This record gives sequence, C-alpha cells and structure tokens, in this order.
Amino acid sequence: MFTPRFLRNVLIKGFLLFAIFNLVWAAFNPSLGKLSSYNMLFVGRDRLPFGEDSARSYNLSLYDLDAMFSSLKLDGTPKLDSEYRVFVIGDSSTWGTLLKPEETLAGKLDNAGLKTASGKEVHVYNLGYPTLSLTKDVMILEYAMQYQPDLILWPVTLESFPRERQLLSPIVANNTQRVAKLIKAYDLDLTTPEDTTSFWDKTIIGQRRALADLLRLQFYGVMWSATGVDQTYPSDYERAARDLEADESFHDWVPPVIPEEGLAFDVIRAGIDIAGEVPLILINEPMLISTGENSDIRYNFYYPRWVYDQYRQALGENCAINAWVCLDLWDVVTEEHFTNSAIHLDPQGEEMFVEKIIESGIFQY
Amino acid sequence: MSLTNILILVGFSLAIFIFSKFDRTHKLRNPLLLVLSTGVIFWLQPALPIRGLDFWLPIATLALVALGWVLTSKPEERNPRASLITGALVIGAVLVIALTRYLDMTGIITPSRPPQTLSVIVVLTAVAMVLFLSYILLKGKSSLPYIVGVTILLVIFAALKLPVLAEWLSGLLRLWSGQSRELASALDLRWLGFSYIAFRLIHTLRDRQNGRLPAMALDEYFIYMLFFPAISAGPIDRSERFIKDLRQPFIPSAEVLGAASKRLVIGLLKKFVIADLLAMIALNAVNAGQIHSTGWAWVLVYAYAFQIFFDFSGYTDIAISMGLLIGIKLPENFNAPYSKPNLTQFWNNWHMTLTQWFRAYFFNPLTRALRSSKNPVPVWAVILITQLATMTLIGLWHGITINFVLWGLWHGLGVFIQNRWSDWTKLLSARIQQKPFLNKVVTIFTTLLTFQFVALGWVWFALPSTDLSLQVFGRLLGMGA
Repeated sequence: MFTPRFLRNVLIKGFLLFAIFNLVWAAFNPSLGKLSSYNMLFVGRDRLPFGEDSARSYNLSLYDLDAMFSSLKLDGTPKLDSEYRVFVIGDSSTWGTLLKPEETLAGKLDNAGLKTASGKEVHVYNLGYPTLSLTKDVMILEYAMQYQPDLILWPVTLESFPRERQLLSPIVANNTQRVAKLIKAYDLDLTTPEDTTSFWDKTIIGQRRALADLLRLQFYGVMWSATGVDQTYPSDYERAARDLEADESFHDWVPPVIPEEGLAFDVIRAGIDIAGEVPLILINEPMLISTGENSDIRYNFYYPRWVYDQYRQALGENCAINAWVCLDLWDVVTEEHFTNSAIHLDPQGEEMFVEKIIESGIFQY
Repeated sequence: MSLTNILILVGFSLAIFIFSKFDRTHKLRNPLLLVLSTGVIFWLQPALPIRGLDFWLPIATLALVALGWVLTSKPEERNPRASLITGALVIGAVLVIALTRYLDMTGIITPSRPPQTLSVIVVLTAVAMVLFLSYILLKGKSSLPYIVGVTILLVIFAALKLPVLAEWLSGLLRLWSGQSRELASALDLRWLGFSYIAFRLIHTLRDRQNGRLPAMALDEYFIYMLFFPAISAGPIDRSERFIKDLRQPFIPSAEVLGAASKRLVIGLLKKFVIADLLAMIALNAVNAGQIHSTGWAWVLVYAYAFQIFFDFSGYTDIAISMGLLIGIKLPENFNAPYSKPNLTQFWNNWHMTLTQWFRAYFFNPLTRALRSSKNPVPVWAVILITQLATMTLIGLWHGITINFVLWGLWHGLGVFIQNRWSDWTKLLSARIQQKPFLNKVVTIFTTLLTFQFVALGWVWFALPSTDLSLQVFGRLLGMGA
C-alpha cells in the first residue's frame, strides 16, 4: 500500500495544498471573528473576553473586536422599542475585576429595574475592558455604536489619561489599523502606529495564534454556559496598599504642575464625537483614598495628591468649557470597599457607586 | 509529555529507522535502543522539588530493572560477556548524563543539575553490590525471587500512590536532603513510568516462576522494560512477543514508514487536537463545583469520557507508530471501546493490555483458586468476588484513594450484573438475534446504555473526593442548587 512513490506524492501534494491554502487565505484575509458559537449554542457573555488563567477562568484575552463583541449577550439581543440601551465603557473597574457579572456597575444598574421617564426599561451592558487607556475605551465605543445605545456611561480615572499611555494597552497595540483611523479621523495628538502586518502575517501560519484564540473562545462558551464563571475569584489576594511611599512622582511627571497636553482630553472629545447624538456621561470613578502612612502625600498607590487634584480640576474645567456631562464621584466609596487595586471595588462599594449614579438622575432622559 | 517531547522521540525513532537501513549486520539497533532508552528515562523524568531526586529515581528504575533480570534469568542462559557489555553501556550512559553537571546543560537532558559525580559512582557501586548479593542469596530458589520482587514493587507502589505514605516519604527525603519537611507533598514523588515498569517486572517475575518466561539477555530485558515509546503510557507488551520482534532483523521499508506516519498523524490529532480541546470543557475538580445546570453537567461528563479516550488512545497510537519505526509492533490498547454493546466487551477493548495483564496475573488465578477450593463457592459468588476484586485493583493502580476504589467497584458490580443478566436472558437474546432489525435496535440501545454507565463511572475517576462526585451525580439527576 505504501510505496516510496506514494509517500513522495503524499508529501508533495500535502505541501502544495498547504501552501496554496495559506496563499489564498492571505490574499482574501477572511475575518472569522463574527462566526460565533455564542448566542446560538452558548449563552452570550456579560462582559468582553479577558483572562490570564484560561483553564480556571474559562476566558482569554484576544484582540479581535469582531470575535469579542460576537461573544457578548449584547450581540444576540435585538433592540426593542421598549428598551433604553445603556453602555458602560471603561477600565478594569467597569469590567469588574474580582466581581461576578451581576456585581459590576453595569450588572447592578441592569438589575436595578430602572425605567426612564418615558417608561422604557433600562438595560445596561458592560463594555469595560481591563486596561487603562482612553484610546482603548474610544476604540471599543466606536465599535459598540453599531449596537444602538441610548446612553453611554464612561467611568474614567487619571491613570487612563496620560498621553504616553494611550497606545500601550495590548488591545490597542494589536489593532493598529483601527487606532490609526481614529487618530486620523479625530485629529488626536498621538503618534500614528505603523501597520507592520506583512503578507506572511496574513497567512494561516502567521495568524495561527489568533485563530487558536478564536477557537478557544468558542470552546470556553461551554464552560461559561455551564458555570457562569468568567474570571478567577481567589479567596486571598493582596489588597491595595494603604500605607504608601513618600513619593510625589507620577510616571515621569514631577510637582508642581502636570505637563501641558499631558492629559489626553482630545481622546475624550473623540469619544463624545463618536457618541454623536447619544448622550455620554463622563464619570470620574471612585478611587481609594488612603488614611495610612504617607497618605498626606499620596491618595493611593497610583496617585500623588498634587497630580490627582490638578487632574480633577482640569477635568472639571474641560467639562464646563465643552459642556460635557460629567459626574465627579471620586470619593463616594469608603476605603474598606476597595479590593486589589485603588480602583477596584467590592460589591458593597459598587452598590455605593450605583446609588450615586442613580441619584444623579441621569436616567430621566 | 509535551508535543516537543513527542516530536523529539519520533526523531529518535526515525533516526533508528534510517540507521537500520544501513546497518547490514543488524547488530547495532539493540545497543542504540539501550542507550537511548536509558537516556530517555532521565530526560522525561519530571523535575521534582526534592534535591537530586529527579536524578535518583531514574537510577532506581535502572536498579529495579537490573534486579528484575537477576531474579528472572536462569544462570545457564546468562552470557557474562554480553551482560558485562550491557552493564557497561548502561553505566556509561548514566555517567555521561551525570557528567553534564559540569556543562551548562541543566534542563536539556536532566530536569535539574545532576548530583556530585562521586555520589553517583558510590550509588552505582552500591546498586551493583545489592544486585550481586541478590544473585548469591536467591540462587537456586524458585519462588523466593518472585516473592521478593513483587514485595519490593508493592511497597514502592504503596509509598508512591497512598497519599499519606507518599507525604511521609517525601518528608523523610526532604529531611535527608536538608530541606524543609513542611512543604512535603505526595506530588514530590512523581516517578516516570514506574507503574508500567512495575507491570512488566511482575509479568516477568510471575512468568519466570511459572517457567513461561523466555530466556532474555540483559540488553533485551533492559530494552523491553525501558522501551522509550511505551515508557510513560504503555501499552504493556508481553515479553515473549516483544523479544520476538527485537530478535528479528529489522528491514525498514516504505510500507513501514507509511504505516507509522499514518498512525503518528492519527495519534497527534487525537491527543493534541481533539483531547486537548475537550480538556477545556471536561469535568474536573475545579469545574465540578461550579456547574449550575443539569444539561451542562452531562456535557462536561461526556466531554471527559471522550477526552480521556482520545488522550490515552492518541498516546497509544503515537507509541505504536514509534515502535513501528524501530521494528517493534507494540500491541493495540483500544479498539473502539465506546461502541461495544456491553461492559465486558468494553473492558475487552479499553486499555486492553492492562486488562489482559490483570486477567492473566490476578483474575484467572483467583478464579481458579476459588473454583478449586475445598469449600465450593457458587458460580455467581466466584464471578462477583473476582470481578469486584479485579476492578478494585485496577482502580487502585490509578491511585490509592476512595474514589478510585469506588470507580473499581462501580465497574466490578457493573460487569457482574451484566454477566448475570446475559446469563438469565440467554434464550431471549438468541431469539432476538434471529430478527436482524430488532437485534440492531437492541444493540444500539445496549451500546448507549454501556456508554452511559461508563461515562457516569468517570465521575468517580475524574474527581478527587467522594463528596464532589456525589454533588455532580446530584446535579446530573437535576438535584442541587
């Protein structure tokens, strides 16, 4: 059955077929992200895929926005006339590190049974993603606009504002074309990332990692449906520092003033422009205000007092000048309700945050 | 084993295949296999936290194999010159590996830096002395070698598989190597291939006692025990069959290469594509307590059933393909077990070499003993006792825990009930077999029923505690919050 000639032919044909398939793939570069098992075979996810311990969290980080959004419950939920659709974008505090989906800001707002003045039911979707970059938030918002939001909540914190941080988030770094378009379209003061994708990168071999991630995301749909778990919840974790270093620096910035154009307010403006007619509310999110050692110098691990105070002032001024709707809720959660970071809340902390947002009357549109 | 490990081993096998093509004397394959197999047990041994243990365990494997040969070979069949050459090759390979401590090769051949060369020489000398003493003391005795050998293996087995003993031994070894006892864990004693080597050793010891063991030279015995394609996951070949292949001149051909390649591709696909994907959704100790719906609980249990099959049978395919490249036709281990219409047939087709081993060395002797006892035991009781005992032992081989015992009992009872049922319904079965359509329907039903029983049995096997297993059973039946 197996003659030398047969084996040689198998090798040659196999190699040729593999090469042709790769070349055709690279030439057409099909996007498979929208092919999703979620909302068909499996329940849609409550928040964007993100995870470092896939085997335990049944989740993984990937950079294909099509695949990420296709895995969301949002993607499988047609908008009804009776629905008032609210998106919450932002960082890990929005996404809900150490929180179950229903314990997050979006989860709690969604379960609050809110109705608008016109009687529409408020449905809130979590579109947070755990890295600190306004550009990342704007990139996600731009994609999310196709899902027809009626209101956008955008919790932010100073750590997302420094201009030099904007392109560092892996999801931003791996979506150079999208980011370049944003920079160009909204004239952002950011260095346009170069698209270094080669022909080789477009082949199946070049995309093997992305394709494997896409497949793994689909498989983890089973575990998400079976368990409702999308991150690990360690019983003991290192709590955010309360005793702080006597250090006044913030990244490369030193007192007394934040460098001019250091804060990327132009990216905020881009987000508001993208939202267009849809109201967008900027929220200065709660953070840990430490009372421990050196708390007279720093508020927390992230922020020296001088820089955060100036940031709040700049944010307030920008909101006033540009007529942006802003909520400054930086201090509404008490120290004991922060978990492993100065911006990560426990369920009670989220409850305090939610109460303040509801009290602000933003759902009266 | 990782994909890289497997590909390197396939490379070794391919090298032997090519080498054999040019080896017209047909005499160089055995020394090559001997040295490679010796090296592989060091290379594949997992890194262990106890200092030096990941080097000493392969040494212990070699010592056990050498002792096995001393206990099983007949003096008149030994060839001192050939044995000396074999011994020199093994010791030489060990010393070369030990000397890599002076090169920057940690993690390449051994998982950690080998111990001091002097210590290695002292230990090797001590091993040689023990072997010599065993030879002297056990000379001319027929049953004693078997008893001594099996006792040693069972003691080691208990020490490795019984968590309390393993932890105690780990503590002792840690104390000996000047490490903290507080961190002692049963996982400190992962010994590459011990289970399979123990099976082969018991097989040769028992066959020697019965006079069925073929004469084996020391190099043949070493190669049979340490044959690298089958060292970590079997199959458990029989010595007489293995030796037959080993003694035949191996003539590599396109036919062999094609068959081996096909088997390898199938094995890699089963293990690294199907099984590894299923592993993401298969029942395990973490997700068992997280499942919140009955339907998904069944999905996870079925995923485990197929994952363990594809994983294990994939490894077997890979081992068989490597064996083919070397000129050794390893036995099959799986023959579509989930498509069998009853539990007896399932066990005749699942991990076949293991069940054959237990049948030969435990089930059949026990059945004979019960049937020939002075106080006659009813047939049904013989079947119950032998099935329960055999399946419990197979369970215990996987680990000495309550859950493995329960898994064994589950199957033991299952096989007993199926056996009795088949006996009672013999006439009905015969009538059904005459009606092809009805026979087909019944076969499909019993196949599904058998699969269902086996899949449920995996709930004991896959989980570490009885409570967790019961929780999953509850969930499968729609109970639990």
